[in-house]
Amino acid sequence: MSTIIPIGPYHPLQEEPEFFRLHVEGEKVVHLDIELGYNHRGIEKLAESKSWDQVVFLVERICGICSTSHPAAAINCMEDLGAIVAPERAQYIRAIICELERIHSHLLWVGLAGHFLGYNTVWMWSWKYREIVCDVLEKVTGNRQSYAMFKAGGVRRDLDQDDIPWIMESMDKMKPVVDLFRGAVMDDPVLHARLKGVGCLSAEDAINYAVVGPTARASGIRIDVRKDDPYFAYPWVDFDIVVYEEGDVYSKAMCRIDELYQSVSIIEQCLKKMKPGPIDLNIKELPPGEGIGRAEAPRGEVFHYTLSDGSNFPARYKVRAPSYTNILSNEKAVIGETVADAALILAAVDPCYCCTERLTVIDEENNKSVLGQADLLKLSQAKTETLMKRLSL
Amino acid sequence: MMDTINILIFPGLIFTIILALFVAWVDRKVTARVQWRVGPPLLQPLFDFTKLMGKETMIPGQATAWLFYAAPIMALTGALVFSFTLWNANLYPDNSMVGDLIVVVYLAMIPSVAFMLGGLVSGSPHSVLGASREIKLLLGDELIIVMALMVVIIQSGGSIKLGAILDYQRTYGAVAWSPSGMIALILAILAMQAKLALVPFDMSEAETEIMGGTLVAYSGPLLAFFKLTQWIMRAMLPLLLVHCFWGGIIFSSWVSILAGLGKLLVFWVIMILIRNTNPRVRIDQALKFFTVWGGCLGVLAMILAMLGY
Repeated sequence: MSTIIPIGPYHPLQEEPEFFRLHVEGEKVVHLDIELGYNHRGIEKLAESKSWDQVVFLVERICGICSTSHPAAAINCMEDLGAIVAPERAQYIRAIICELERIHSHLLWVGLAGHFLGYNTVWMWSWKYREIVCDVLEKVTGNRQSYAMFKAGGVRRDLDQDDIPWIMESMDKMKPVVDLFRGAVMDDPVLHARLKGVGCLSAEDAINYAVVGPTARASGIRIDVRKDDPYFAYPWVDFDIVVYEEGDVYSKAMCRIDELYQSVSIIEQCLKKMKPGPIDLNIKELPPGEGIGRAEAPRGEVFHYTLSDGSNFPARYKVRAPSYTNILSNEKAVIGETVADAALILAAVDPCYCCTERLTVIDEENNKSVLGQADLLKLSQAKTETLMKRLSL
Repeated sequence: MMDTINILIFPGLIFTIILALFVAWVDRKVTARVQWRVGPPLLQPLFDFTKLMGKETMIPGQATAWLFYAAPIMALTGALVFSFTLWNANLYPDNSMVGDLIVVVYLAMIPSVAFMLGGLVSGSPHSVLGASREIKLLLGDELIIVMALMVVIIQSGGSIKLGAILDYQRTYGAVAWSPSGMIALILAILAMQAKLALVPFDMSEAETEIMGGTLVAYSGPLLAFFKLTQWIMRAMLPLLLVHCFWGGIIFSSWVSILAGLGKLLVFWVIMILIRNTNPRVRIDQALKFFTVWGGCLGVLAMILAMLGY
């Protein structure tokens, strides 16, 4: 006999609506149901009515935390479509913004993980130190969040050469902060008791569930789009992929904290290597055809696909966000753990719920999903046919 | 007339409530400063309390209504009587009618039992889970509290009278300054943290896991009573420790009263600092900690006390 403990759709654990149904026996979780789709906004459909420039702004609104990874994937996608190579300085600025964002996102996660453990001091401290990064982002882009910097063929704002020493100084300030958090996690016996050996995701399961980003790297899988399919300035700088083998919450935390060092180092290298030059190619139109773009968000690989008919609007736009695959892996990681750990494990993949929203149609009478995989496949094929006919491909 | 003042004003109802609101503010303010925040104004706990008193009381459909109502009242009564007994023992240590240590331990347990009861009858899976955790935790921390107090009883010559414990300490020095007393005090502080449902032992409420656990279904005045109970216990359990381990508060001059309040403040701050520098542990880890480590240390302390250390 199992009882159901609901986590969601509204729960203090989550900033956004999402529904996890924990089937428990006593405190032990025996089964997990995941229900998505409380926040569907129809971004892909909206993209078809926006011009190429507007699409970048639109996808920036998919996620508030990693607000630059979707634009990064989008411009990679458009540059792939138009075979465009952006100027070198633009590439460096893009990489700097992506890495600044990774630092702020990982610090945000460290804080939230502390909060989920009832360790509110860690929460407040990590968010306080996150301000350093937010200040740098404001200096570079004009915004603390949603930077609106990227466009196909370049960036919208140049980085002021006079600001570089100040940014370097801020990065120096980040290093002791990372040391502080690394020490706090590594030296605290109570944290070890709560994190080690909890919510293990084996390498095999990680591959089967196609997890990406730190969730995969903590399970010993060496994937990182920045190395596997280099974009922006990443081929020109020197950095390591952080990999841990155990796949438990502790590894996920350490993986993210160690990535902070790499990000700081990437930013410093970019600032040193950057030379004055043009930042934008002023692309006016994109040719018909298809394009794909990938980017390594703080949570893993973001994938965008677009189909162009040569007009000012994409004919089809498709987004695949990392949390969508990562959250599903909880199905394996959470089984056999207690409710107390379940809350932490669910949060350990750093879920970004608004990235995951998909549409489901439910029959109210019997609470069944009406559109199954077969139906969706049929719909998708029909849509492709219409598009092919319209584009006479 | 004196009795009425004693019960209603000082050190009874009104004084206890004011002190509890003040400690709730100290807790929030110190917590905020530790976390680089500004913190609330002095009267914030009072504002929170009065606001809750004016809110609607919702009774969940699945709840057993009379028990759902009774639990917060029972908790508040238990906490008030506990506080009243302790203050009187400190004010009039020679009075034989103020109760003994066993009564106080039982009174301190009433709020926990009431929280549990409220959780169990409110019919939400979260609160039932919280209540079951509270039961388990109670088994662990009661054992430790009793062991720690046994050390005090052994040291003060086998007396369980609150007054006699104070008399002993005023003659021979505080229990805490002996090795066995020190071990017992540390154990008692940890058990106190569990009894007060503060981090690292706040799993019965655990906001981010079970949304407030035992309290999840409560609202309005009933929630206000539960909150007030928590605040009173946070203010007063340290007084039990001061009383049993550190010679209590001596009401002979202003200096000694201030020194007594200083002792209380030390325990309040220790309590707040522990709560802010630890993550929450799991219930099984807490139980293991209390029964294995706490149990061993408790037995060690009792043996030391019997040997006269």
